[in-house]
Amino acid sequence: MTPEQIEIQLVACAVAAACALPGAFLILRKMAMMSDAISHAILPGIVVAFFLVGELHSPWLIVGAAIAGLATVVLVESISATRLVKEDAAIGLVFPVLFSVGVLLIARYAGDIHLDTDAVLTGELAFAPFDRLTVGGVDLGPKALVTMLAIGVANLVFILSFYKELKLATFDAGLAASLGFMPAALHYILMGLVSVTAVGAFDAVGSILVVALMIGPPACAYLLTDRMALMMVLSVGFGLLAAISGYWVAHWLDASIAGCMATVVGVVFLIVVALAPDRGLVSILRRQTRQRWAFAEKMLTIHLRQHEGLPEESRENRSAHLQEHLRWQADFAVDVVQRAVEDGFVVERGGFLFLTDAGRALASEAVVDA
Amino acid sequence: MNAVDVRDLTVAYHEKPVLWDIDLEVPHGVLMAVVGPNGAGKTTLIKAILGLIKPAAGEVLVDGEPYHRQRDRVAYVPQRGSVDWDFPTNVLDVVTMGLYGRLGWIRRPKQEHRALALEALRKVDMESFAKRQISQLSGGQQQRVFLARALVQDADVYFMDEPFQGVDAVTERSIIELLRALRSAGKTVVVVHHDLQTVPEYFDQVLLLNVRRIASGPVDEVFTEENLRTTYGGRIGFMSLVRERSRAATPEAER
Repeated sequence: MTPEQIEIQLVACAVAAACALPGAFLILRKMAMMSDAISHAILPGIVVAFFLVGELHSPWLIVGAAIAGLATVVLVESISATRLVKEDAAIGLVFPVLFSVGVLLIARYAGDIHLDTDAVLTGELAFAPFDRLTVGGVDLGPKALVTMLAIGVANLVFILSFYKELKLATFDAGLAASLGFMPAALHYILMGLVSVTAVGAFDAVGSILVVALMIGPPACAYLLTDRMALMMVLSVGFGLLAAISGYWVAHWLDASIAGCMATVVGVVFLIVVALAPDRGLVSILRRQTRQRWAFAEKMLTIHLRQHEGLPEESRENRSAHLQEHLRWQADFAVDVVQRAVEDGFVVERGGFLFLTDAGRALASEAVVDA
Repeated sequence: MNAVDVRDLTVAYHEKPVLWDIDLEVPHGVLMAVVGPNGAGKTTLIKAILGLIKPAAGEVLVDGEPYHRQRDRVAYVPQRGSVDWDFPTNVLDVVTMGLYGRLGWIRRPKQEHRALALEALRKVDMESFAKRQISQLSGGQQQRVFLARALVQDADVYFMDEPFQGVDAVTERSIIELLRALRSAGKTVVVVHHDLQTVPEYFDQVLLLNVRRIASGPVDEVFTEENLRTTYGGRIGFMSLVRERSRAATPEAER
């Protein structure tokens, strides 16, 4: 690997980790779409700040973006507070307008400088190593890396310090308020962090990937754990996975790095949805199948139990009879009997079925349960 | 001095009053029911008392002092449906949240706090569920977890928003036992309640509310047919309820 390749991956990792932390709270607060809104609506904030300071890499641009991000949140909340439209519609109303204002401002007044709309949407990670930060002649590395590390550390420090308060405010804002923890203030600080993270990240990777990295990794983590702390750690882990594998997919396909990272996020999420223990589709399917067989075996034992020792036993408790009596398909009945024999609930002798002690116990337990 | 004094409390959403000039005195050591039809402002009243909603006018005193100075003496049990039960956390963790107020900012709960939470879970018979993911609880179990979280706060005044909602008869029994135990320990409990039938049995004070205060005081004095009719506007058949009550109040020999 060349130094540039390593640096690109480091930038990608810093972006992914910094995005995953506030993103996990967006998922828990059911505000995933807010990341989409904020990552687009910060554009006019950046543009206006740029017009004011006249420099593209001033920290004031981040301040402008944070203000625009908070304005987005406030606008969305006040529109949905009128109860005339729902929150998702409010989001859909606010951010395209703000984003368009940003695009128009760029097109009208800043057409000749490096602030173009393509870069806004997809960014260009491949150029990150060429834009370096030097202080007093010492090269500190790519600017994007330094910025994203700083933002990531700020996110981490804030979340670690106020973990307890954030958890309470997210789970039960009412209790948080009654205990004096100011959930509204925490909410806006969190949204401010989302905005700052979005602006830092979108300079490097564009607004589409910001959304993918804020929502995808935490959404995967949410399916895999029942513990919030572990969810945060896993979110960062999935972010790093997407960053590095996305880079190599792009390398291999010779395609946009940001595009490949976003695609990897989607693929990873599909895999998690399918394979997650407990909540994954495969595990749900297997559970349903298992329950179906267990229920069928139970029905068989109950049926046998009911006629056990009675005159009609020889007629009822024949393997061949199950088909019409329990209304099972012939091959299904054979399968059930075979499973029940394997599980030791039933023994088959000369075409007749007899319960074992275990089978009898299962039958009576099932009847009591019902 | 009263446990809670509410004076001239008015709450409005967009100029429309949802609570109008409420005066309320809750004496120490009582179980008080707050009853009224849907939209009467019962939940709003509790939230306004706790400062979760900003009132348009009025004041709330807890033990003669403003609520924000008495925060650690007040516990709140919100409606069960007000939180996301799929949140990735377990029962013990939720109960420990009751201690966050005492911990203050930044400080984390320690082993001793988890021990207190476990103790509270024992009081509601949920000790064996401590490590259970909260999404796996039934409605009654969720309610008991919320109660344990309020118990662990070790407050003097408890506000509970419909703690009996959607719980089975056995759980309702054990919850009312718990509330009585709190009263015996000198605590004051204010409960938003829906089942008029059980008001005389469970509570000793009642507030009849419908945007305005219709009446409040000892159940014997204010839980009358006339007051109920004013509160509910004749929309439900209290006649049977009140007849039942008077029959229950009449000694066997007189019938």
